[in-house]
Amino acid sequence: MAKPASYDRWYRRVVIAVPYAWLIVFLLVPFLIVLRISVSQSALAQPPYVPVLDLSAGWQGLKDFVAALSFENFKFLFGDWLYVASYLRSLTFAFVSTLILLAIGIPIAYGMARCPQRLQPVLVIAVILPFWTAFLIRIYAWINILQRDGLLNDVLLALGIIDTPATWLATDTAIFIGMVYSYLPFMVLPLYASFERMDDTLLEAAADLGCPRWKAFWLVTLPLALPGVVAGSLLCFIPITGEFVVPDLLGGSDAMFIGQTLWNEFFSNRDWPVASALATVLLAILLVPIVFYQTAQSRALERR
Amino acid sequence: MVRFDGVTRRFGSFTAVDKVSLDIGRGEFFALLGPSGCGKTTLLRMLAGFETPNEGQVLLDGENIVGVPPYERPVNMMFQSYALFPHLTVAGNVAFGLRQEGWTRAAIDARVKDMLALVKLEEFGHRKPHQLSGGQRQRVALARALAKSPKVFLLDEPLGALDKKLRDETQFELMALQQRLGLTFIIVTHDQEEAMTMADRLGVMHAGKLIQVGTPAEIYEEPKTRWVAEFIGDVNLFEGPITGHSGDLASVDTRVGPLVVGRKAGFADGQKVSIAVRPEKIDIAREPFATSENQLHGIVADIAYLGDLSVYKVRDEHGVIVKASVANKDRHASELLHRGDKAFLRFAPEAGVMVQD
Repeated sequence: MAKPASYDRWYRRVVIAVPYAWLIVFLLVPFLIVLRISVSQSALAQPPYVPVLDLSAGWQGLKDFVAALSFENFKFLFGDWLYVASYLRSLTFAFVSTLILLAIGIPIAYGMARCPQRLQPVLVIAVILPFWTAFLIRIYAWINILQRDGLLNDVLLALGIIDTPATWLATDTAIFIGMVYSYLPFMVLPLYASFERMDDTLLEAAADLGCPRWKAFWLVTLPLALPGVVAGSLLCFIPITGEFVVPDLLGGSDAMFIGQTLWNEFFSNRDWPVASALATVLLAILLVPIVFYQTAQSRALERR
Repeated sequence: MVRFDGVTRRFGSFTAVDKVSLDIGRGEFFALLGPSGCGKTTLLRMLAGFETPNEGQVLLDGENIVGVPPYERPVNMMFQSYALFPHLTVAGNVAFGLRQEGWTRAAIDARVKDMLALVKLEEFGHRKPHQLSGGQRQRVALARALAKSPKVFLLDEPLGALDKKLRDETQFELMALQQRLGLTFIIVTHDQEEAMTMADRLGVMHAGKLIQVGTPAEIYEEPKTRWVAEFIGDVNLFEGPITGHSGDLASVDTRVGPLVVGRKAGFADGQKVSIAVRPEKIDIAREPFATSENQLHGIVADIAYLGDLSVYKVRDEHGVIVKASVANKDRHASELLHRGDKAFLRFAPEAGVMVQD
């Protein structure tokens, strides 16, 4: 069965090269472009920044280009409270939303995994069913629900919980509702996968050793589902931090998320260098949980 | 100590355990033996509390424990898959049950150390289960289940996942452990050799029913039914009606001719029975035996050489195959008879047992 070693090595290289090529072309190169713009200066030109790398000038052109680079934009970001505030706001919302998602997602996923085997595929479909409708349309539907004469107020009035219509739209509550609604499947699916894989005998062993059901959930089920908890949390936390649509459509105009700030810098102010610097810093911040996720995953793989 | 009283457990229309009544004494090493699906594991799980009987009572120290949740029963189980917690270390696994009882940290540490010493895993306390071999995992499961000093220790096919050599060693370790600790052990197994080696008494189960309970020797030598005789060890069975009796002996008319065996209570003349004769109780020779009763003859159809003994399959004139085994005391003793040779067989009347069909 032994194949020639050279063929094997060649084959392995090709297989590995495909994802690397993908990452280089669609991730690394665009990021380097953004990074370059972030250390340029804004200008009234097309494209709206200098310096522009002039390769026709040869070595001298490259030297001029490097000499003109500056980190002014990054200093500017941290000098202006507006930018720091939108980073903090984004991170806080992402953090709180993730906690809410965990609180809602864990019972849902656990319940799904405990359902009769034949029902489970149906439930999984039900969780991903919203994806059949475009994200924007679903958020617009929420505007409808949350507005003053919307469904939510109608229901609350009919139930007698409130006397006068409350304001939902353009509040932080609306943003949380939108975020939790949009990202729930990303939380539920990895959690479900972890719970579903659990060996029921472990729960019997826990019971046998004197551990009541509710306690066994904390001592056995949840620790074993930790990879799912981490995966779900990061799958929600990272995109929520950069989320643009939900806060823009459901939130108020007073405080901005980093995604909105970015959009403003890019399209309203046409200050590409500052926008790029914003994006670079955002990426740096998000790299922390991503690295955390990676190590958690490799540790989980090791355990198999 | 443990008593099952008319216990029945049904799953839908399937009756897994059918009116089983059984008493197990304190400090006994008891084995539940039967083929897979006979209900032995279900019976064990009812004692552990994972299954609730539809009828009957399960008593522990005279108290009905039906309805008591598993985490409140003074019973611990070693699972077939071991069910070690993969996220905890070996020490953490052993300590798990003690933590539930609210032991102090120092007491837990001391107990864990003792238990790991008991199963000779002192060096492995900090390892995770996936870093251990199958035999080591089995010992962790053992230490974990014994840490709480249960009143009854349940073992569900404890040696199933081990290879033959390790299994033999572990059998003797378990027996030594049971004698040292003086606990009541109940083991479930489908391996008759395992059950006979380890248990003081065993209960043979078939299709949800407990068929026979007794010491290994009783079960082997005095099987109650044909099924038990066939399930435990190798056996020759000759069916036929009882034609008459004189004194302690009864004669039975079988396909291989009239046979004489010891009489047994509960069998009347004219009744159809089977006579069970173990192969090692049948003598084989080239020449006819002096006594005429229970003598057969035929052609050696096959010889299975097993090292310590040889099993001769002899086909008699009616085409019935009779197995006789001979211990190979002398080297080359197996060359006494060859395939195709004429052979004479004989067994003593007390060597055959009447069993219900």
